[in-house]
Amino acid sequence: MGLVGTRFGGGAGTFRRIDGWTLGTVLVALAASIPIFAVIGLALTPGESVWGHLASTVLPLYIRTTLLLMAGVGLGTLVIGAGTAWLVTMCRFPGRRIFEWALLLPMAIPAYVVAYVYTDLLEYAGPVQGALRASLGWTTKGDYWFPEIRSLGGAIAVMTLAFYPYVYLLSRVAFLEQSVCVFEVSRTLGHGPWRSAFRIALPLARPALVIGLSLVLMETLNDFGTVDYFAVATFTAGIFDVWLNMNSVSGAAQLASVLLLFVLVVVYLERRGRRGRRYHHTSARYRALPGYPLRGGSAALASLACLAPVVLGFAVPAGVLGRYALTHYADTLEADFLTYTANSLGLSSMAAVITVAVGIFMAYGARLRGGPVVTAATRFASLGYAVPGAVLAIGVVLPTAWLDNTVDAVLDSVFGISTGLLLSGSVFVIIIGYVVRFLALSFGTIEASLSKVTASMDGAARTLGAGPAATLRRVHLPVMRGSVLTAAILVFVDCMKELPMTVILRPFDFHTLATFVHQYASDELLAESSLAALTIVASGILPVVLLSRTIGRSRPGHTGAPDGAGATP
Amino acid sequence: MRKPAVVVLAAVVGLSILPSPAGAEGGHVNLYSYRQPFLMKPLLDAFTRKTGIKVNMVYAKTGMLERLKAEGRNSPADAVLTADIGRLTDLVRAGLVQPVASAVLRANIPARYRHPDGLWFGLTTRARVIYADKTRVKPGEVSTYEDLADPRFKGRVCTRSGKHAYNISLLASFIAAKGEKAAEAWARALQSNLARRPQGNDRAQVRAIMEGECDVALGNSYYMGKMATNDKKPEQKAWAAAVTIIFPNQPRAGRPGGDALGRGTHVNLSGGAVTKSAKNRDNAIRLLEFLSGDFAQRIYAEQNFEYPVKSGVPLHPLVASWGTFKADTVHLTEVAKYRTAAAKIMDRVAFDH
Repeated sequence: MGLVGTRFGGGAGTFRRIDGWTLGTVLVALAASIPIFAVIGLALTPGESVWGHLASTVLPLYIRTTLLLMAGVGLGTLVIGAGTAWLVTMCRFPGRRIFEWALLLPMAIPAYVVAYVYTDLLEYAGPVQGALRASLGWTTKGDYWFPEIRSLGGAIAVMTLAFYPYVYLLSRVAFLEQSVCVFEVSRTLGHGPWRSAFRIALPLARPALVIGLSLVLMETLNDFGTVDYFAVATFTAGIFDVWLNMNSVSGAAQLASVLLLFVLVVVYLERRGRRGRRYHHTSARYRALPGYPLRGGSAALASLACLAPVVLGFAVPAGVLGRYALTHYADTLEADFLTYTANSLGLSSMAAVITVAVGIFMAYGARLRGGPVVTAATRFASLGYAVPGAVLAIGVVLPTAWLDNTVDAVLDSVFGISTGLLLSGSVFVIIIGYVVRFLALSFGTIEASLSKVTASMDGAARTLGAGPAATLRRVHLPVMRGSVLTAAILVFVDCMKELPMTVILRPFDFHTLATFVHQYASDELLAESSLAALTIVASGILPVVLLSRTIGRSRPGHTGAPDGAGATP
Repeated sequence: MRKPAVVVLAAVVGLSILPSPAGAEGGHVNLYSYRQPFLMKPLLDAFTRKTGIKVNMVYAKTGMLERLKAEGRNSPADAVLTADIGRLTDLVRAGLVQPVASAVLRANIPARYRHPDGLWFGLTTRARVIYADKTRVKPGEVSTYEDLADPRFKGRVCTRSGKHAYNISLLASFIAAKGEKAAEAWARALQSNLARRPQGNDRAQVRAIMEGECDVALGNSYYMGKMATNDKKPEQKAWAAAVTIIFPNQPRAGRPGGDALGRGTHVNLSGGAVTKSAKNRDNAIRLLEFLSGDFAQRIYAEQNFEYPVKSGVPLHPLVASWGTFKADTVHLTEVAKYRTAAAKIMDRVAFDH
């Protein structure tokens, strides 16, 4: 990383912080924010205002639906994610070791695929209602009531199943990192597992829960595939309507900017809420966690609670895809399937490496020089995740094409050489897009992990003569290994599923598995591309299992490695 | 941390150079397409076989126009293919396409299916028809779009989202025929007749009719052909068998062609245009000429059940069996003008909610 903490301005308090790290962090954050600025810039270009029409018709509906969707998905993922994480980490019951990794599996399935599969199963014309009608003698719709899958409730259910693994993952890491001492204290105070969870574990895990939840909510906000398919009128659906049907890209960018503002306010309020509190461990004692043994009915309930999300979020959709693939594999094999797979894997792993590197740099810079400017810049840079992918893609297209055309014009006028478009329409731009879009995943994960490394460790390293870069390399990175891998895998799996940006940014005749699935799925012909969809799922499984093992080992007490954490800061 | 990043960057740069459009012997042509690649592939392959010109393509349903605009005069795209008149007129409005004067295109494509200055060319048409249940809907019970809004169809109509381009375009044609007020009243009445919240694609509406969820639906003509001949998903044949196709608003006794009720069935257009930035302009024009020629028009008709724009090209036998119909004669640029107004009406009547 090579940036040394050179200080400018001598002892003057205000200027002391403007050094290499500050500058570097802010510059990297600004660079990653360019597409977001481009979207905001687009919003400011003059055009016919759509607000009057929207405000008098659908805007209240968009806002209400979006808030309800966020509340539903937030609550659902929190209960399922944190609940199952608590169970597999702190309790002992049948199947726990399998659930530890199996609970992550739904992450490998794109939300729009889950939506598609459940619609096929549960709509009026689907097999479930058909079987009910046949066996119970109902003939028409009026004879019975059945929940409508294409609805706000359906969207909440689908997104909860698709997104809860983020909360599960981060809260499991947090629970694993908690010191056994606090639980022993809790026990001496007479608390059982329930009270320990609510009084000790959950409050201590707040930073991780908040990051998991904010990832979920941002993903909820940027989703277009599911809400479009279910015809749920969210704010994002409105963005696309204004863009495509009212032919106003600036209007769409205005809506997207309002969405960003909303996210910023929420993030700010949460930060303020826990200002001044710290979540470091105060003890170095990492014996194995207590592991409340569950028996009989409660053990069965625990198993069931962990089984349900895995079955509904993974087994059913993957099974349906598998069944389609049996009859339709030829459609996929006819295409250049192996190249698509290679493209997906290549792009996703490159993007994962770069995104994590940028995330580490920004999170560490923010830790070293946590001034308001640095904090604001890094937070802003990770907002890309909340913007619908297609809108963010335009935010990537605009500056890269501008850069290309400027370079071309300058070289042409000076040397008479036309370079054409160098970046635009290249694979490079797709990677830029992925990094911008998924920076929140790596930054958030790594920041959460860093927040638990006590400042005294930095102090010790610095006393021993290590500079900030060396401290990062020799102290923080080894301690955060698990989180770094977590970040990399989260980004990788999301890139494998990424669709809207890839579609808009890609070169000629370039396909990933997701874009191949999309050309059929966009016309509701998912079966034709089911093998490719299944490959996306399959290539997500291995990293996810790997991830779970790494996390399981990440608890210091479990490996016998030095415990690390020192005394109270 | 450092080394792998460098290797990765090198690999990325390498990769980005590789797939750049390479010229075959006959040169190449670069397409931005709103139409799905698997629909276009047989046609484009035939074009390459015949001319030696290689076709490179990017497919996206959103963002193509913005990308083209941002890339400006250096854009690699030579031509754009769309599945809807709206996108063609958007390209014209954004100043991204150039006029083409081709005798072949003028001869192949009737004037009402191309831009007067050659800024875009229609390649196929598709009719927005009414699917009706064979038993529950009496012959003659529905013969116009206006009928669907009649109280006798309360709780019996299905359709996809009112915000889908096909329904926006239909409503825009209604505005062109009868004005905005009448169109809004129609949309409102149609909405109150819906059997369920608008959802699914056009095939899903036919399935819903077969399952008894509704009796009539709006849909594009070619979906019927695709379902009726679907050997890979034979269940779709049963869906198609449950319904008949009705071409709405045909002129007949008491409803002369000049009357708004006899204005003809709404048709939408798939088409193409040559970009302003085209480096391979001649190849792009050759491609459009090829696509409007007998050979390609036949493939469109036979494999995709669309109506060729070129006269004299035989229809698919199944499509021919539906009979001939009068298409709405209003020029499609007129229809495209009212798209925003139509989208706003859909909001005002809360069509999807």
